[in-house]
Amino acid sequence: MQASDRFNINSQLEHLQARYVGTGHADLNRFEWAVNIQRDSYASYIGHGPLLAYFAIAENESIGREMYNFMQKMLLPCGLPPDKEED
Amino acid sequence: MEIDSDIARVQAERRKAEELAALSVAGGFDTDLYGGFANRYEGYVKSIPVNDADEEELDPTEREVVRKLSSYTAPKSVLLDLPRGENGDAELGFRKPQRIIDREDDYRARRHSRPISPERTDAFALGDKTPDASLRTYADVMREEAVRRGKEETLRLIAKKKQEEEEKRKEGGGAPLKPIKPVQQSAGAVPGPIGPTAGVKRRNRWDQAGAEDASKKPKVSSEWDAPDSTPGPSRWDATPTPGRVGIEATPTPARRNRWDETPTPGRFVDSDATPAGGMTPGATPAGMTWDATPKVGIATPTPKRQRSRWDETPATMGSATPMSGATPSTFTPGVTPLGAADLATPTPGHIALRTPMTPEQYNALRWERDIEERNRPLSDEELDAMFPQEGYKILEPPASYVPIRTPARKLLATPTPVGGTPMYQIPVEDRTQQFDVPKDAPGGLPFLKPEDYQYFGSLLNEKEDEEMSPDEAKERKIMKLLLKVKNGSPPQRKTALRQLTDKAREFGAWALFNQILPLLMSPTLEDQERHLLVKVIDRILYKLDELVRPYVHKILVVIEPLLIDEDYYARVEGREIISNLSKAAGLATMIAAMRPDIDNIDEYVRNTTARAFSVVASALGIPALLPFLKAVCQSKKSWQARHTGIKICQQIAILMGCAVLPHLKSLVEIMEHGLNDENQKVRTITALALAALAEASAPYGIESFDSVLKPLWKGIRTHRGKVLAAFLKAIGFIIPLMDAMYASYYTKEVMVILIREFQSPDEEMKKIVLKVVKQCVSTDGVEADYIRAEILPDFFRNFWVRRMALDRRNYRQLVDTTVEIANKVGTSDIIGRVVEDLKDESEPYRRMVMESIEKVVANLGTSDIDARLEELLIDGILYAFQEQTSDDSNVMLNGFGTVVNALGQRVKPYLPQICGTIKWRLNNKSAKVRQQAADLIARIAVVMKQCHEEQLMGHLGVVLYEYLGEEYPEVLGSILGALKAIVNVIGMTKMTPPIKDLLPRLTPILKNRHEKVQENCIDLVGRIADRGAEFVPAREWMRICFELLEMLKAHKKGIRRATVNTFGYIAKAIGPQDVLATLLNNLKVQERQNRVCTTVAIAIVAETCSPFTVLPALMNEYRVPELNVQNGVLKSLSFLFEYIGEMGKDYIYAVTPLLEDALMDRDLVHRQTAASAVKHMALGVAGLGCEDALAHLLNYVWPNIFETSPHVINAVMEAVEGLRVALGPCIVLNYCCQGLFHPARKVREVYWKVYNSLYIGAQDGLVAVYPILEDDGNNTYSRPELNMFI
Repeated sequence: MQASDRFNINSQLEHLQARYVGTGHADLNRFEWAVNIQRDSYASYIGHGPLLAYFAIAENESIGREMYNFMQKMLLPCGLPPDKEED
Repeated sequence: MEIDSDIARVQAERRKAEELAALSVAGGFDTDLYGGFANRYEGYVKSIPVNDADEEELDPTEREVVRKLSSYTAPKSVLLDLPRGENGDAELGFRKPQRIIDREDDYRARRHSRPISPERTDAFALGDKTPDASLRTYADVMREEAVRRGKEETLRLIAKKKQEEEEKRKEGGGAPLKPIKPVQQSAGAVPGPIGPTAGVKRRNRWDQAGAEDASKKPKVSSEWDAPDSTPGPSRWDATPTPGRVGIEATPTPARRNRWDETPTPGRFVDSDATPAGGMTPGATPAGMTWDATPKVGIATPTPKRQRSRWDETPATMGSATPMSGATPSTFTPGVTPLGAADLATPTPGHIALRTPMTPEQYNALRWERDIEERNRPLSDEELDAMFPQEGYKILEPPASYVPIRTPARKLLATPTPVGGTPMYQIPVEDRTQQFDVPKDAPGGLPFLKPEDYQYFGSLLNEKEDEEMSPDEAKERKIMKLLLKVKNGSPPQRKTALRQLTDKAREFGAWALFNQILPLLMSPTLEDQERHLLVKVIDRILYKLDELVRPYVHKILVVIEPLLIDEDYYARVEGREIISNLSKAAGLATMIAAMRPDIDNIDEYVRNTTARAFSVVASALGIPALLPFLKAVCQSKKSWQARHTGIKICQQIAILMGCAVLPHLKSLVEIMEHGLNDENQKVRTITALALAALAEASAPYGIESFDSVLKPLWKGIRTHRGKVLAAFLKAIGFIIPLMDAMYASYYTKEVMVILIREFQSPDEEMKKIVLKVVKQCVSTDGVEADYIRAEILPDFFRNFWVRRMALDRRNYRQLVDTTVEIANKVGTSDIIGRVVEDLKDESEPYRRMVMESIEKVVANLGTSDIDARLEELLIDGILYAFQEQTSDDSNVMLNGFGTVVNALGQRVKPYLPQICGTIKWRLNNKSAKVRQQAADLIARIAVVMKQCHEEQLMGHLGVVLYEYLGEEYPEVLGSILGALKAIVNVIGMTKMTPPIKDLLPRLTPILKNRHEKVQENCIDLVGRIADRGAEFVPAREWMRICFELLEMLKAHKKGIRRATVNTFGYIAKAIGPQDVLATLLNNLKVQERQNRVCTTVAIAIVAETCSPFTVLPALMNEYRVPELNVQNGVLKSLSFLFEYIGEMGKDYIYAVTPLLEDALMDRDLVHRQTAASAVKHMALGVAGLGCEDALAHLLNYVWPNIFETSPHVINAVMEAVEGLRVALGPCIVLNYCCQGLFHPARKVREVYWKVYNSLYIGAQDGLVAVYPILEDDGNNTYSRPELNMFI
């Protein structure tokens, strides 16, 4: 850890990760980052009512169904993780 | 080049012009006013306390100031965080070292008589194995405890019997029985007498006629038994190998008992001490009685005993068998014979001996060393310097001559005053230990204090690493680290602490605790050192975890005393350690370690153990401890166990407060039987514990106490004295929990007894009765009429007497109770009863009356005080105020102020009289009286205004003005405060003396360095500058500006803040140019604090006079090629943009080129300060359409994200954050994406750091702008929802 890190929020990266799941680190790969992005996106869609209504109209679904779908998609938003062969 | 010279020329010209201007405007620099630049800073405290802790506690006056100043926009972050001088704690050098032992009372000092117990087995680590016989198990400890208890009991019986016999004999008039000779005298082989030692009671043996000693123990224990007199290896039979704290175990019998163990570090015995070394004679319950002693020791004339002569007391010495010349009969008894410190010089050997010395000896040693240093032999160079070059010749010393360097040998060369001391052995001299020569500790170790030698002396023996065994090396390593922690400089301390923590498991628990714990028991320990060592323990506890188990009791013995320390922080530290210890060792181990102490015969041990247990309960949860507590509280074996168990409950309640609520019922249940216990002490503690529980759980939980109400009720009718007091206290705390109806009923019931006890002469009872009355009166169901009729007459008759004012705690309690009663029955009832007493002849009593009146009036106002009472009241107060002789707590002053303010306009008729008194007292000889008079003016000024007594105030103003020559700073401060109060209420125009006369008089006072004067003066000046600047010529304001620069150095935050604000007012009044020129010049000074304050002042001037008046000059100043100036300018800009907020949008484009330059500068500080300026700027103009300039600045800020210096990177990160707010997360994310997956890890790390703070700041905002990722095989990365379009 660098001396500078002692003073800011990054001083406890683990703590940071625990509190903000979406934060990243130097070893994050494309898949993990994408998962975070997807989950954040779905959370955002669900959180903004007008956006949700917009999507519901576009997909011709009820708002509740749309919300349910988004929540389900948050489980595995990008599918199964790729095998880690690069290690 | 041409430009540079041009700039230089222009600047020179300007400087000249400024000087001219200053001469013409300010009438020349008055050298005696302003002094030369060089010596301007003389007489200042150059350093400033390191932390601001002292500034956080504002006194009332300062709070007032803060309130008044709260409208000013002061740069909070800066004022809080002013840079301080380097040598901040230089003044600590003048502070007396704070030794813990010096402030300990007798009870607390008993910790020294507790031995550090040997380690015990760890039942968990052993598993099924049978414990090694050499280790102590729980069973051993319990057995020993039982033996000890038995012994105590027998001793008590014997003593009792003796006494009875004695009495019988006296009655019979028979001849006194011949005292039984101690057994060892008849044995004859033991020359030294046995004296009772510190722990007289315990050390007496019952196989000899110890009972006699026991019966007269207070007489025979002399001052030598004081804390460190516990027997160590006597100084003449141990070899002087300092610091080897018990490497080799003493060859004691396999089953060691705690008496072998040492109470003080000195007793970690060397192997080369006597074979019987570990045994303290007389204390060993099994084996080793005196008749058996000399088997081994016979070889030398010295009896090989552990008991040192320090312990001997004159009383027993007289009865000792005289030895030929051995007993120094020339010594008066009581003077320690042969103690090295009493001889001329303590020999190094003596210092090296690890017997604990008394603090006096240490001091003697310290002076000794100092004198030795001055009287050391002159060196050749010194002689050369002294003698003329010619006429002298240097002779070769004779070949046989060997100089005597060590005073030890010098001393021994002359016969010792006590002719022939067979008991004295010449210590083996170790030439490597020349402790009299102040010698630098090797290897960068910190300075050794004389008292440290006994622990750390061996570090001075230069020994090669190869010669040492691994264990020795380890021990030495630990010792070094501990010394660094204890005496080292902060950085040394820090690294040492870290090393100790990191290597804790490697060092092992044994090695660590064996060194730390004795140090903690050292009699010369100071607060700071104890704090550090406790910190060490705390850190290593985490690391050692379950390895500490065998040492739990050892640690507890050392840490428990902290729980009853008078220092709050020590208590907190102690709690922390014990709670960590219990988490590390687990409940079972903690119980096993402390269980034997629960019924220890020593009350001190039980008390501390109970407190420690309560900490364990708070650490591991009350439920975990409940079964154990239940068993202990119901112990059939000893009342001590029950007592301690219930005390634990009490301590839990005190420690945990309302957290006991969930377990209240079970806690009450396990101790309710204690109310009917056969032992009085148990009954008392039970009632007290109930009181504590009720206090902790208030206002809930009455249902849990149902079961104890009846016994309590019966109790208060049957008991008397202490027990009754405790029962009353319990009831007093339970009643407030009840419903109004019940409370009223129970109050009436208990009141009969309370009123009976009003007359009790017992102090403790008085306090409790007062407390209970207070509790009862404050409950809802108790009616005012009832109180008036039943309680008040007796209450006032018994308690409002002069005697009550003499004890501080009684005083406090009485005032509180009276105020509580007044809350129920109203002001006039109470004040009517006591107002006459304001003229009582006893001053403490008058003060108590005044304080009560003050609190009652402050709570309830004066509406029900009628005209007659009002007259009496004012009369009494004036009398009391005038008659006071000593009042350090300002009770009279506060009372006067409160009453006058509460009466408001009703006080008008009395004002002339009051002012007459004040005027008369302003002229008093005593400074304190003058100060109080001035303070009183400050307090009643508002009321005088309400009463329209402006003329009177004007008159007082003139009087105060005349007293501005006051020489006592405290008084002067108060006078200024009074003037300020008057100016505040009557305004600038009506003020007499007129402002134009007043202010010039204040200018020289600004020079005063006294804090109170400075503060009041700057407040007054600031107020005038704010409201009445036009009454004073500009020249005077400039003069004041110069003075104000000096005030920026003040220690107190309030003063600096007021100063900075005053700059703003003055600039507003006389225009910014002159003030700014002064401030810009001040940027060149060396002192950082001064510069920082100046930058703040510039920013404030800019804010008050609009930035455009200041910015051009400020930016021009940036062209001065001087680091300090440029940084000052940047800092001013940073503050400026912080204050002006969105006003900054007009100036961004103007300063952008300057910031560009600064952000590209080689100097780190430039970039740092510029970055923080960018941050403030961006935050100020967010959403105001300055994105172009900000994006431009982001390009300059961005490369700095790779900085590593903490302050710089922090500033840069904050700048990026600020720009994120102003530009939106999209732009910053785009910058970020360049490096998130960079091949170089270092780069990725930094970029992810930026990304993380971006993400935390704008998680939702990023959703729309994340890069589009293409699907990849099985994984879908795209976000089709965002492409939907209707």
